[in-house]
Amino acid sequence: MLKLQNISVQFGAFCLKNINLNIEKGDYYVLLGKSGTGKTVLLEIIAGLTRPAEGKVFLKNEDITKKKIQHRKIGIVFQDFALFPHLTVRENVAYSLKKKKLTRTEKENMVLEYAKLTNVSHILDRSPQNLSGGEQQRVALARMLITKPDCLLLDEPLSSLDVQLRGDLRNLLRQINKSGVTILHVTHDYEEAIALSNKVAVLHQGKIAQFGNTKDVFEKPANEFVANFTGVKNFYEVAFTSETVAIIGDTTQIIVSNRRKLKHGKIIIRGEEILIATKKTQTSAANHFEGDILQIIPYLSNYEIIVDVGIRLTVVITENSLLKFDFQIGQKVWLSFKSTAVKIIDI
Amino acid sequence: MLKKNNVPLIFSLLGGLILLFILAPLAGMFVSTSTEQLFETAQDSDVTESIFLTLWVSGVSTLFFAIGAIPLSYFLARSNFKLKKLINGIIDLPVVIPHSAAGIAILGFISRDSVVGKAASSVGLNFVGHPVGIGLAMAFVSIPFLINAARDGFEAVPVKLEKTALNLGASPIRVFFSVSLPLAWRYILSGLIMMFARGLSEFGAVIIVAYHPMITPILIYERFGSFGLKYARPVAVLFIIVCLVFFVILRTFTKEKNSRNA
Repeated sequence: MLKLQNISVQFGAFCLKNINLNIEKGDYYVLLGKSGTGKTVLLEIIAGLTRPAEGKVFLKNEDITKKKIQHRKIGIVFQDFALFPHLTVRENVAYSLKKKKLTRTEKENMVLEYAKLTNVSHILDRSPQNLSGGEQQRVALARMLITKPDCLLLDEPLSSLDVQLRGDLRNLLRQINKSGVTILHVTHDYEEAIALSNKVAVLHQGKIAQFGNTKDVFEKPANEFVANFTGVKNFYEVAFTSETVAIIGDTTQIIVSNRRKLKHGKIIIRGEEILIATKKTQTSAANHFEGDILQIIPYLSNYEIIVDVGIRLTVVITENSLLKFDFQIGQKVWLSFKSTAVKIIDI
Repeated sequence: MLKKNNVPLIFSLLGGLILLFILAPLAGMFVSTSTEQLFETAQDSDVTESIFLTLWVSGVSTLFFAIGAIPLSYFLARSNFKLKKLINGIIDLPVVIPHSAAGIAILGFISRDSVVGKAASSVGLNFVGHPVGIGLAMAFVSIPFLINAARDGFEAVPVKLEKTALNLGASPIRVFFSVSLPLAWRYILSGLIMMFARGLSEFGAVIIVAYHPMITPILIYERFGSFGLKYARPVAVLFIIVCLVFFVILRTFTKEKNSRNA
């Protein structure tokens, strides 16, 4: 669908070197990287707003590296939304329809359709300057989606929104992706990758440090940077049966603090926050699981112990603790963690 | 040393003196002109024709030159090239050179011996002593006001908005007319007003290119030279009033436009 081949570009202090990416139709691809690593420039290269020094961009097997921006069928939504301040929301959304051979009613119907999809129908006659961040983001998405792009590029779409709005917008982005739009989303926030993507690439020092299925990249970081940056291995899709119980799969129950009363979501439990012991101990932790040690592997300056408790949980301990308790593969152990150690991500 | 509390007072006094320096001569001129003299002058056909000529020639030349000046401003705002500073300097040249020298330069450009003059002569036109010549002289000295204001306006338009418009499928020309121009319009309008106003007041360059037909600044000079201050003053006052009225109307229009865009 969208393929980047050996893209290189030098921009002031940073450069991108030999970037190769292959995004399949229907993918929700997240490109993770710290600020200033060239993520936005890469999007601009794909959209045709910046020329790469080397390399090629292919869309549906067609080399579009030199194709004009307006003919690429790739939509980009910038971090600051870039709404036209002198036009109303309706005029912003309808901007791309002007030269299309449609009747006035057809154009208006399209505007209403996409306004409904993005939930901006009630603000169509307002000026973008009077909208909240979330509303502006939705208008920017409506304006782009109405062009029916083959691929949608999102530059840090959730970074300026508060937690509540992020949840709403994630739902919208997932809905857009499910409708068939391929999405490439750049962010510095690994939670967004967990919440949304099926594939992820990590950008570091101008190169792709690792790419692949989200679960693989998070579970098996290729190097220390990726491990530090992704930083979390225990993440699961769950169904919430109450404000305090999340179910993973059909059987494993986790005690959580689900104050937002979500029905579905993802949870993250950091390996550093799980206690491991040879016997069940009485603590304030609400979650206790017995399981078998599957693997013990060095992790940065510590060790990871992977335990099968019905699900696989990864525990991070120091070398001193490993030596002190002499944990062995196959040994039965008890894991415990507090409900507050479980971070809930709205999906 | 200045006491901290005295600073606003001293600044106000100094500022007040400057304002007085601007207002006092003008106020003196208004006070010395009776309403009767003013009405009499307003009925003088030489004066009214001259004011009308000055207004329309400055207005038309402003609009005519805007057709080229606005794209040039956009180009200067969006392009980076080696000679950009030199070009910006050239644009400011008419402001720094003596206006009589500017008049000589324009005269050389449009006189019958020049290429332009010869071309005009071939169709029976002589720009010297003609409203076209006056318009050229006015535009020469006032066009930097428009170009600089419009360039500032285009520079203030975020490039990202233009990129977004392109990404939405608009052609570069549509991006210019639907995004860049409307967003820079406030600056451009301000530049147009300044160019128009500067054209109205031009004397040095115009007198060399066209003593006749007589624009108002030249008429004032002529009345002063021939009849003295008493006869020149009512013309000056009337012209100032007309200019002020135009200026206020145009500024009000700019503000209305701004508040609609806000």
